[in-house]
This record gives sequence, structure tokens and C-alpha cells, in this order.
Amino acid sequence: MGVGFSLLMIVLLVLIPFLGVYAGLEYVLGVVFPYLAFSIFIIGILYRIICWGRSPVPFRIPTTCGQQKSHDWIKADPVENPTTAFGVILRMVKELFFFRSLFRNNKVKITEKGHIAYIWEKWLWLAAILFHWSFFIIIIRHLRLFTPKTPWLVSFFERMDGFFGFGMYSFYFTDLLVVIGLAYLLIRRLVIPMVRYVSLAADYFVLFLIMGIAFSGILMKYFVRADVAGVKELAMSLVAFKPVVPVDIGSIFYIHLFLVCALLAYFPFSKLMHGPGLLLSPTRNMANTNRMKRHINPWNYPVKVHTYEEYEEEFGKVMQAAGLPLDKQS
Amino acid sequence: MSSLPKADSLVSKKFKMPKKNWFNAPFEFKKGTYNYGSNPKHHVALDLPNPRNWSPEDQDWQLPENWKEILLEGLRERLDKYRSLKIFMDVCVRCGACADKCHFFIGSGDPKNMPFLRAELLRSIYRREYTKAGKIMGKLAGARDLTEEVVKEWFYYFFQCTECRRCSVFCPFGIDTAEITIIARELLGLLGVNTDWTLASVSNCFRVGNHVGIPPHAIVDTIDMLCDDIEDITGVRVNPTFNRKGAEVLFIAPSGDFFADPGIYTFMGYLMLFHEIGLDYTLSTYASEGGNFGLFVSHEMMKRLNAKMYAEAKRLGVKWILGGECGHMWRVVNQYMDTMNGPADFLEVPVSPITGTRFENTKSTKMVHITEFTSDLIKHNKLKLDPRRNDQYKVTFHDSCNPARAMGIFEEPRYIIKNVCRNFYEMPENTIREKTFCCGSGSGLNNDEFLEMRMRGGFPRANAVKYVQEKHGVNMLSCICALDRAALPPLMDYWVPGVEVCGVHELLGNALVMKDEGDRVRETNLRGEPLEEVGGEQDV
Ligand code: HEM
Ligand code: SF4
Ligand code: SF4
Repeated sequence: MGVGFSLLMIVLLVLIPFLGVYAGLEYVLGVVFPYLAFSIFIIGILYRIICWGRSPVPFRIPTTCGQQKSHDWIKADPVENPTTAFGVILRMVKELFFFRSLFRNNKVKITEKGHIAYIWEKWLWLAAILFHWSFFIIIIRHLRLFTPKTPWLVSFFERMDGFFGFGMYSFYFTDLLVVIGLAYLLIRRLVIPMVRYVSLAADYFVLFLIMGIAFSGILMKYFVRADVAGVKELAMSLVAFKPVVPVDIGSIFYIHLFLVCALLAYFPFSKLMHGPGLLLSPTRNMANTNRMKRHINPWNYPVKVHTYEEYEEEFGKVMQAAGLPLDKQS
Repeated sequence: MSSLPKADSLVSKKFKMPKKNWFNAPFEFKKGTYNYGSNPKHHVALDLPNPRNWSPEDQDWQLPENWKEILLEGLRERLDKYRSLKIFMDVCVRCGACADKCHFFIGSGDPKNMPFLRAELLRSIYRREYTKAGKIMGKLAGARDLTEEVVKEWFYYFFQCTECRRCSVFCPFGIDTAEITIIARELLGLLGVNTDWTLASVSNCFRVGNHVGIPPHAIVDTIDMLCDDIEDITGVRVNPTFNRKGAEVLFIAPSGDFFADPGIYTFMGYLMLFHEIGLDYTLSTYASEGGNFGLFVSHEMMKRLNAKMYAEAKRLGVKWILGGECGHMWRVVNQYMDTMNGPADFLEVPVSPITGTRFENTKSTKMVHITEFTSDLIKHNKLKLDPRRNDQYKVTFHDSCNPARAMGIFEEPRYIIKNVCRNFYEMPENTIREKTFCCGSGSGLNNDEFLEMRMRGGFPRANAVKYVQEKHGVNMLSCICALDRAALPPLMDYWVPGVEVCGVHELLGNALVMKDEGDRVRETNLRGEPLEEVGGEQDV
């Protein structure tokens, strides 16, 4: 559902800067929107995280995916069933950077004989890893535009990434991988019936949006060259809060930039908050020290219970007859 | 049972999705797939809202006048109280990794049993009411209006989730549909929409002390009969005490273990073990239920029932609590009890009086799992065991959802099993430990009216048992859960005839060579089945 609608939205999002450049609105596109979008992004994320954080975690509910710590002669799993802060950190690192849980994925198939087979299915994991890591490295590479001298980390990534470049043309591997990753995520969403059935317009929209960003970026880099010096001038002026808009950077750049702005502004209010959400997810970020250390529920309130006295009141007679000791001698 | 299709035609081999979107997809209260509505007398007994006679098949559910308001206010309140709920409402990317991880989806093929769609049933309302996009864009943003039809749908599908948490193991963000189900059921409860089976058990447990409502004198009688059985089999008279002040340990087992076959054999195993090691323990008739169906109603109800454990431990002045083999009981004990009803500062850190082992992992809650206790005894060579007495069994072990995914107790029961029987085979890797499959009857769904769905939900578990049955001739499915002991036998009869179900301490009881038995030779196991092969040469 919503594939068409999402595509339409992307077309509109591309048309806006295209027409904008025609109308001479470079300042709005190059300065106002980026500032606006970036502010929404930062404030929005903070707002959402604070909003989540305002709700307490009343119970300690980690999903335990390994042996608990009990006897010292039974080997506990200190990461998948952590009891220390360090263990929790390791678990989170595995989840955040390597998508540990997604790596467990398999596929159920019921054979003709009625047996259930659990089929190897790490493609989703692979595509997600390719996409996220490439996207991440691409973002790091972009930092070059914002600083007079390229920071070492950025050039390190550039060198790794551009390893396959040849001659005059540099070629970044991540540009290819990000597209492959995205394409797989989109295709599986369309062809796997179960995923397609539940997918919403929002699910397609982000995929199209990021693809739009990737394609416009690739176009700009390898085909319709934009004025890179001009772009850098604009970028640096933006971070210095003294915005200058160089002339004639090219509409392709403004399309790229506008889509990025759209992503930034959309981010905090969408499922893209899943990254920050993982950090706060109680089933993953809590230690299973459940019986070792009392967890406090800030809103714990007294409830109506059935006391022993009430129980004895009702059953005292039969209890006595059965020879059970009573509190009240009657 | 008559309307239940034969096992070979129940489950379809392909997962087909409907053409039309799911927002208003019809569903039907078909016999065998839903739970009966709650009887008003339980509402009255437990001070729950909206007591009335109703059935899910009724057109009019007689919801309170302002039901919408109640429900939305309830949701608002819970969003403010549970960070888990807020995050789980917001971060699902609908990647579908959880889709075919749910036993109910595998067994029914019903798309709304895919965990992410189950969650969307609630999420769509959340979006409509609490997000801008949902308010403005409606369906396009995945938002739905709250109607009575939605309430019915929730009742149907949130009582087709056993809160087993398998989906949460596979979700990249740890989204736990069980948590969503727990809260959705709470919301339904605000309208007086509960299942009869659960509320009946809860109200019995609240007033009488256990699910089936066995009064104190009958408990004594029942357990006395089990002692007679033990005496017949071993020649040893064990003498458990009840409600005894000053005992060192309070032992709490799920009531299923003393009133229903085959749980009773497990209970006999406990009693024999305690007798053998001379444990100074008492049972309680007031806290005669380890299980806690309150968990399947609401957090509050869970707390109301659970309160008895600490209250009784305090009243009796015991040093610590030992808990029997039960699944959801241990979810409550491990994840909720201390927080809800603690601190247990009137108890001491549990120390095994036999081995001197201090159970450091329970130093706050002060309640030890019986397999932790027994494995420690075996490790320290405190028990004389003759595993040959279990030779007629080829055993496999079912990790119950709650001890597995809310605790991580995997090795303790296995260690015991490997010491008390000689034929042990694991089921396939994707179906055990943290990836274990539910019995299909958990979370208060183990009633007769739900039988078809239980057989569907139990299909993946049964299928794995079938695998080891065909490969190794497995004929005994062991577990550490009383609900399993009630739910798995019909499941096995349906899918894998020839496999019986037992608790780990039944196997232990069989193998345990008691000092007081002297030279007497056991002729039968705890089930009264002859021990032919072992014959006279069982002393080791
Ligand atoms: C840190 C842990 C993270 C995990 C485990 C994770 C996991 C995933 C997964 C499984 C998908 C698949 C979506 C699909 O099937 O279509 C996805 C998509 C996506 N993620 Fe992440 N992600 C993480 C962090 C982030 C972060 C920090 C960002 C911020 C840039 C991000 C941005 C995206 C985007 C843009 C998509 C594609 C659009 C979509 O389909 O949702 N992710 N992520
Ligand atoms: S695995 Fe998690 S994120 Fe993916 S669809 Fe299921 S609940 Fe949503
Ligand atoms: S908790 Fe278990 S029953 Fe419920 S949706 Fe998840 S896998 Fe299915």
C-alpha cells in the first residue's frame, strides 16, 4: 500500500528545488531550508528522546538470549544475558554496529511432508548492514565539505572507500553498496508477501527518499558535475553562520540538498528514530540482575490483596479440622 | 475435539496474504479459536469493571457507555508509565524479521498473528490518537479509527498471543510483542473484556490460594495421597508439613503439580528429594499457587496475586523461598516480584543447607529455582542417583518460554537430566533455548474452547519433537513448567502420538536412590510402570 503515493511525494520533492532554482530562490534552498531542516532534526531528535525518557522503566524486562548467571560452574553468557554494565554495553555495541538480533534471522518453510525447515536467511541482515554502513561512511565523507582541511578520519575513510578508483576518476565503493542495499530492501518489501502486506506508505517513502538522495548524489559526482568549489564555499559559510550563496552551482545540487533537508526534517517524526530507539529499548539495554538487585518502579502503588487473616477467617474451621496450625486460636 | 481437523490437514504449507489491506479485514469468532467471555461473578469477586453476561459472538458486547474515552485514557496513562510501550509504538521499521517467528502465525497462517501486524493493531490506534501524521493523513500513515470492531479484533488477536517473547529475540530493536499484548489486554480489561478461563483462575487464586480453588484441607488430602503413592513405590513415608512457622525454607510450586497428571509425578519427585536431603521446609496452603494468571490480566492483578509469596514467607518466618518448576511463575518471580512486592528484607540470602552454596544470584529476591537448587546438590555429589531407572525413556527437553527468555535458565535443568537419565537428545537448534517454541497454550490460553488454536500454535514445538522422535525414538518430553505439563500431552497426542510429558523432577525422583529405601528394590517408576530391565541390579 502507498507505493504510488510515496513515489508521487518524491517527485514533488524533486520538483520543488528544480522550480526553485528557476525562480531564483537559491538563498531559500541553500540557506533557509538547510538551517531549518537541521534545527528540526536536532531539536526533533532531542524532543523525541526526552519524550521517551520521561516515561519510566517500571520493570526490568531484558529478553535473555543466553545462559543466566547462577552457579560458577555453569558458564553464563555475559553478553546475551548480561549481569554487568560492561556486558550490557557489549550487547548494545553488537546490536548497534552489527545488528546482532537481525543476524539470527531464518525463514520458516513447511515441506511437503509437513516438516518445518528453518532456512538460512541472512540477506536482510546483509542488506541492512551494507546500507547502514555505506550510508554512515558516505555521511562521514561529506564532512570534508565543511572543514578547510580534511580531518584524518575523513580522509582515512575516503582512502579505504576510494580504493578502487582509477586514474582521474575516483570511485567510491559505498556509492555502489548503498544503492545495492537500498534496492534489496525495496525489492524485498515489494515481493515478500508478508512484508508487503504490512508495509505502509511511510516505509516506501523513506526508501524512495534516500534513493533519491543517493541517485542525485551519484549523478552529481559521476555524470552531471556540479561546481564542487561552490558547494564547499556554501557549506563552509553555513557552518560559520555567515551564509554566502555562490552563483550557478547547478540545480542538481539543489535537488540533492533539498532531499537531504527533507530527510533531516522528517527523521525525528518517523520510524527512522529506530536507531535512538534501540539505545533506549528496555529488552536490550538492561542487565538481567533481576534477582540480585532490586529494581525500583517509581509509580509502584499499593493494591488490594487477600491477606492471610481474611483467608484464615474463611477457612479457619476446615484448616483446624485438617490439623493445620492457625494464627488465631478460637 | 470433534470439530478439530485431522493433524495432517490442519496447517497450510504456504503463507498467503489477502489481497485487500488489513485495516478492516474481517475475522470470525469461530469455535476453537477464541476464548469465552468472562463470567460477571469473577468481576465482582475481583472488583473488576463492567460485570455482565456476555459472549464474544454477541453483536453487542455491552461495553460501558464511555468505552472509547476509557480506552484512550488508559492508553495515554500507559504510554506515560511504560517506556517500553512508547518505544515499541514508535520504532518498528516493519522489516518483517519477526513475521514467521511466531508459532501462531506458523500454525494458522493468519497474517494478524505476525508479531509486527499484531502490534500494528494497537499501533494504528496509537497513531490516530497520539501522532500528528496519523491525525492528518489517516490510513496513509497507518492510522485507524477506534471502533467496537477494533475492540473485538483486539480481543481475538491479543488472546492469540501467548506472550512468549520469541519475536523479541529476533527483532533488531528488541520490540517485545508480549509487552504490547500485556498492555493491550490491560486496556481490554478496563472495559470489562476478559476471558473466562483466566479470570476464573485468578479469582480462585486470589481467594482460595490456587487456580483450581482447592481449599486448604483438600490440599492436605491430595498431597497425602501423593505421599501414599510414594510409600507404595519406595517404601519410604515422606512427611511434608504445611503452614509451619519457623521452617527454614518455604517451598512454592505451581498447583498444577499436585492436582493433575502428569504434574503429580513431578511433585512426588520434589517431596522425595526434600525427604532424602532432610530439608527443613514447609508448604503453604495460603500461598499454594506458584503460577500467576494475574500476569495475563494486568500488571496490577499480577501484583495482587504475587503479594502472597512474600507475605506468607514473612508470616511463617522462613529464611528463603524455593520455587518449583513453573514457567510464567518464574517470569513473575524473576522480573517483577522484587520490584512489585519487595524488598524482601525479612528474608536471608538463600544458602543451601546441604552444600553450603550461597545463591548469590538471588541475593535480593531470595527465591531459588528448584533446578538451581538440585543441580547444585548433584554437582556436590549429595545425591545417589541411578539413571538406569529412566532407561525406558528417551528424553528430550522443552525450554519453556518464560524461564528461557525472561531468565535464561538453560543449563541447570539439562545438567539434572543428564545426571538422571541416559538417553537425552536435543531438538533442533532453532527450536530450543532462547529460540524455543511455545507450547501454544501459554498466557492463560490453555482452555478447552481454544483447542484448535492451541494445536495450531503448538505445531512448531510438536514438529521439533516429531523430528527427534523419528530420528532417535524420543518418547518423553521433559520440561520445567506446569502449564506445559497440562498443555503438551494433548498436543503430543494430536501431532506426535507416543510421546509423553514429564517434569525434570519426576525423572529425578525415578533415579533418586533414597537412604531410607534400604535394600528394598523399586519395582515401578513414579508412574507405576514396571522397571523390568533394570531388575534387581539397580544398586550402584
Ligand atoms: C543502530 C542500530 C540500527 C539498526 C539495528 C537498524 C536496523 C534497520 C533495519 C533492520 C532496517 C530495515 C528496513 C527495511 O526492511 O526496509 C533499517 C532501515 C533504515 N535505517 Fe536503520 N538501523 C539502525 C540505525 C539507524 C540509524 C542510526 C539511522 C540513521 C541514519 C538509520 C537509518 C535507516 C534508514 C534510512 C533505513 C531505510 C529506510 C527504511 O526502510 O526504514 N538506521 N534499519
Ligand atoms: S522485527 Fe522488530 S522492527 Fe522488524 S517488523 Fe518485527 S517488530 Fe518491527
Ligand atoms: S510474544 Fe510469542 S505469541 Fe506473541 S506475537 Fe510474539 S512470538 Fe507470537
